[in-house]
Amino acid sequence: MDTTVTENKLTAKDYSSSQEVKWCPGCGDYSILKQVQTVFPDLGVPKEKFVFISGIGCSSRFTYYMDTFGMHSIHGRAAAIASGVKAANPDLSVWVISGDGDAFSIGGNHFIHAMRKNFNLNYLVFNNQIYSLTKGQYSPTSERGKVTKTSPLGSVEEPFNPSELALGANASFVARSLDRDPKHMQAVLKRAHAFKGTSFVEVYQNCPVFNDEAFFAFSEKDTKKEQAIYLEHGKPLIFGNNDEKGIMLDGLMPRIVDIKANNIPHDHLWIHDEQDKTKANLISRFFNNEFDGVVFPRPFGVIYAKERPVYEEGMTHQIEQAQKLKGKQSLDSILSGDKTWEIK
Amino acid sequence: MSTETSSPLQKKVIESESAVVRFAGDSGDGMQLTGMQFTDTAALLGNDLSTFPDYPAEIRAPIGTIAGVSGFQVHFGSKEIFTPGDNYDVLVAMNAAALKVDLPRLKKGGVIIANIAGFDKKNLNLAKYPEGASPLDDSSLDEYTVHKVDVTKHTKDCLAASGLGMKEIERSKNMFVLGLLFWMFDKSPDSTIAFIKEKFGKKPEIADANIKTLQAGWDYGDNTEIFNTRYVVNAAKLPSGTYRSITGNHATAIGLIAAAEKSGLPLFLGSYPITPATDILHELAKYKTNAVKTFQAEDEIAGICSAIGAAYVGNLAVTTTSGPGMALKTEAAGLSTMLEIPLVIVNVQRGGPSTGLPTKTEQADLLMAMYGRHGEAPVAVIAASSPSDCFSMAFEACRIAVEHMTPVILLTDGYIANGSEPWLFPKAADLKDIKVNFLDKPNGAEGTLLPYKRDEKLARPWIVPGTKGLEHRIGGLEKQHETGNVSHDPMNHEKMVAIRAEKIQKIADTLPLAKAESGKDKGKLLVLGWGSTYGAIKTAARECISEGYDVSHVHLRHLNPFPKNLEEVLKSYDKVLIPEMNCGQLLQLIRGKFLIPAIGLSKVQGLPFTTTELKEKIVELLK
Ligand SMILES: Cc1ncc(C[n+]2csc(CCOP(=O)(O)OP(=O)(O)O)c2C)c(N)n1
Ligand code: SF4
Repeated sequence: MDTTVTENKLTAKDYSSSQEVKWCPGCGDYSILKQVQTVFPDLGVPKEKFVFISGIGCSSRFTYYMDTFGMHSIHGRAAAIASGVKAANPDLSVWVISGDGDAFSIGGNHFIHAMRKNFNLNYLVFNNQIYSLTKGQYSPTSERGKVTKTSPLGSVEEPFNPSELALGANASFVARSLDRDPKHMQAVLKRAHAFKGTSFVEVYQNCPVFNDEAFFAFSEKDTKKEQAIYLEHGKPLIFGNNDEKGIMLDGLMPRIVDIKANNIPHDHLWIHDEQDKTKANLISRFFNNEFDGVVFPRPFGVIYAKERPVYEEGMTHQIEQAQKLKGKQSLDSILSGDKTWEIK
Repeated sequence: MSTETSSPLQKKVIESESAVVRFAGDSGDGMQLTGMQFTDTAALLGNDLSTFPDYPAEIRAPIGTIAGVSGFQVHFGSKEIFTPGDNYDVLVAMNAAALKVDLPRLKKGGVIIANIAGFDKKNLNLAKYPEGASPLDDSSLDEYTVHKVDVTKHTKDCLAASGLGMKEIERSKNMFVLGLLFWMFDKSPDSTIAFIKEKFGKKPEIADANIKTLQAGWDYGDNTEIFNTRYVVNAAKLPSGTYRSITGNHATAIGLIAAAEKSGLPLFLGSYPITPATDILHELAKYKTNAVKTFQAEDEIAGICSAIGAAYVGNLAVTTTSGPGMALKTEAAGLSTMLEIPLVIVNVQRGGPSTGLPTKTEQADLLMAMYGRHGEAPVAVIAASSPSDCFSMAFEACRIAVEHMTPVILLTDGYIANGSEPWLFPKAADLKDIKVNFLDKPNGAEGTLLPYKRDEKLARPWIVPGTKGLEHRIGGLEKQHETGNVSHDPMNHEKMVAIRAEKIQKIADTLPLAKAESGKDKGKLLVLGWGSTYGAIKTAARECISEGYDVSHVHLRHLNPFPKNLEEVLKSYDKVLIPEMNCGQLLQLIRGKFLIPAIGLSKVQGLPFTTTELKEKIVELLK
C-alpha cells in the first residue's frame, strides 16, 4: 500500500461525488457515507487510489456517492471482483460495500472465501436485517419469526450471526459498529483501514422504511447501556446503566456479574484481547441466548484483529521468487517449448 | 497405397502413406503416456499427425471394466494429416474391455496386439463376454491379424532381477508395448529413452527398468517369428521450419501469454477447475517467471468476477471454463458487456446439457455464447479450429478484447483441447502488437471526463483506478451516452443498446474475409464449418474434390461478427451444408441471418465427425 500523503489535504467534501444521493430520508446509509467521507482525508491515501466495489442493494448505491474510483457491480459478487482488483493491483485501497442479503445470502460463498483468503481490503456490510431494495423480504440476518411479504406467518429460519460466521471462516479482522454512533464508526473505519488483511466491518444500519428501529435497543439512550457493550483492547468488559455490570470468564463460560454489589476489582473481569481467537469466538456469540439462556449485551468495536499473511503478498512473493530463481522466459522460448524438430 | 519389400531380416516391410494406431487399456495402464510418447517420436521423425486422447468419464472406474477403458489414437503420415483418423490400422488392447470397446473401428484386416494377461477369466467377465468364451480363442477375429502377447509376463521376466516390487514392475508394461510398436513402425526409441531419463532423473532404478522394458519390447518384435511385418511411414513434406507438438489447451495458454507480451499488459487468469478446460489453468500457473497471475477462485462466478476486477484495473484478464461453468458466468458476462472492459472468456466445450458427457466433446454452446445473457448483450465470439489454432485464436481474442473494449468468448472444445498436432510455431517478432489505449487525462470539454466517449471503432477509453484526476464510477446500470452516468431515459437505453451492438459489428472491419480453403469460390456445394470440425471437413472436402466432386470448404473462425463478405460467399454456391456437433446451431444463425436454405448435418454423440460420414453426405447432396 502506498501511504504517501497528498500535498493539499482534502476534506470530506472532496470525497462527495456530483451524483444526487437517492436513499430515503432517515436512512442509516447517510450516516455511513458521512463517516467514510469524514475519515478518508486522514487515511494518507491519494484519492485516486481508492476503489469502491459494491454489489446490489440500497447499500451498494454507496459507490456512486463517493468521488473515488468505483464499480457498482452485481448482486453478491463485490468481494469476488475486489479480489481480482487487489490481486492485479495491490497498491489500491479497496473497499467492498455490501448489504446483509448481498454479502450473506447470494454472496455467502464469496464472503466466507474472502475471509479465508485475506486480501488486504476493507469489507463493509450494512446490515439492516432486511432486503430493502426489493422492498422488504426477510434476509439471512432477520430474526426467526420475522413477518414480511415472503414470510407472512413469520420466517422459520435461524439468522446468521455475521461476526461468528466471519470468525468461522477464518477472518483476521472482525468489528461491529452502528450508523447511529458516528464517532464509534469513524474509529472502527480507521482501524479497519490500518489493519493489513481483510477487515470485515458489520455496520448496523437502520432502514426506516422496511425494518425501522431494528437496532434501536443498541443505539437509543434508554436501552443502549444495558444492551450494548463497547469493546476496547486491554479494557475490562463493563456495561450497564451505571457501569455496574461486568463480564467474567468462568472457564469458557462467560458470567455477568454485578461489580459494585460484589466489589469486584476490574482486573478480575474479562479483559478484552483482540488477538485472542477463543475469546473473540465467545464474544461473537453474545448474540442470542447462547450461554445458559442468559442474554448478554451485544458487542461493538473490534472483536478480533490479528494479522496473518495477506493473499496478494503471497502471490507477488511467489512471482518474485520464480523470477529470481529462473529469470523471465523469453516469448520465443515459450513459443518453442523444450522439444522441437526441424523440417527442411 | 502401400508397397511391399523384404528387409534383410526376412521381415516384410510395408510402406504406407499414413497409419492410425489406437492404444487402449484400463485407465491405470498408462495408455495416454504411451500414446503421447509414440506421437512425440513420430513427430520428431517428421510425420504429420493428429491425436485423439479418449478418457473414461470416471477417474477410477473399476479395473478391467468397459467404463474404465482409456484410449489414445494417433494418425501419422507422410502426407498432411488433419484428423486422428476414422478407423485404425493397429489396435493395442491391454485387456478384454479395451478390445470390446474399440474393435468396431478397427479396419478389416487390421492388426490387433492383445495383452493376453488382460484376457483371463476375470477380465473376460468384466468385459461382459459370454461365460467361457474368449474372442482370442474363437473365430470372431478371423478377419484381423491377431498377435497374442503376454505383455505382463514378458515385463515381469525382463525385470525379475531389477529388485523392484511387483507393483512397479507391472507399471512398466506399457513400455514393453511402446517398444514393440516402435519396432513395428521402425521408429527409434531414442527420444523416449531421453524422456524416461529426464522424468525419473531422481529414481535411476525406475528409469533403468523402463528403458529395459522398452528395449525388451523392441527385441521381442525383432526376434519373434510371429511379427513378420514392419510398416514404414516416411516423413511428410511439410512446410520447412522448426516444429513442436502442441495440444489445444496448451496452445490457448501460450496464446494468452503471447498476447500479454504483445500488448505490454500483465496477464491475469481467474478460473475454477472443470474438465476439459483445467489444463489451461494448470499451464498458466507455471508461468510465474513471466509474472502471470493465476487465481483459483472459489467458483466460476468468482472466476469471472475476479477477472472483471483485474480487467478494470488494467490487466489482460481471462477466465477459462467449460459448459456448466459457462452457465454460471453469464450474469457477470453481462456486467462486463455493460462495463465495456476487455475480458477474454474461454469455453472449452464438452458434451451437455448439465454435467452431460464431461470427458467427451461437443460444440453445442454456440448459441449460448451468442445469446446466453439477459437483455441485449452482444459480445464478440470466435472459435478455434485445431489444436494449434487455439494459439492464434487466443491471441485474436485478446486483440479484439483490448482494441475494441469488449468481452470476447473464445470457443474451443474437448477434442482439440486435448488433441495434439505438430505446430510450425511463430517467432515472437512475427506476432503483431496489440494496441492498448489507457486514458490518462480528461477527454471531455473543459477538462471533464467522459468515460463512455467512443472512438471510431465505438470503443470507450480504458481508465484504470489509480489514474489521478480521472475518478469516476461505473457499473451494471444503464449509462448515459458518453458521460456513463446512470440513466433510465428510455430513448437513451435504446440508443445504448444499438451502440453496443454496432460496436461489435464494427469488429468485422478488422477481420479477414471468408474464403474457400479447399475448392472453388463458386460452385455446387459449400461445406461451411466452424470450430473443431475443421480437420474432418477439410479431409472430406479434399478427398471428394480429388474424386471429381464440385465441393468447397469455408471455415469460420469469427462467429460474431461474421466476416463481412459471408453472405456473398454463401450465395456463390447452389447448396450450403453445415456439419456441426450439435443440433444445428450455426445452421440456425446462418438461415436466420441470410435467409438461405442451408442444410444441416448433426452429430451429437460426444465424438468428432469421421471423414467418411462427411463424405457420404457431400456425395449424397451432389447426386
Ligand atoms: C441475481 C440477482 N438476484 C436478485 C436480485 C434482486 N435484489 C437486488 S438487491 C436484493 C437484496 C438486497 O438486500 P441487501 O443486500 O440486504 O441490501 P439493502 O437493499 O437492504 O441495502 C435483491 C434480492 C438481483 N439484483 N440480482
Ligand atoms: S429502503 Fe431502507 S435501506 Fe433502502 S434507502 Fe430506503 S431507508 Fe435506506
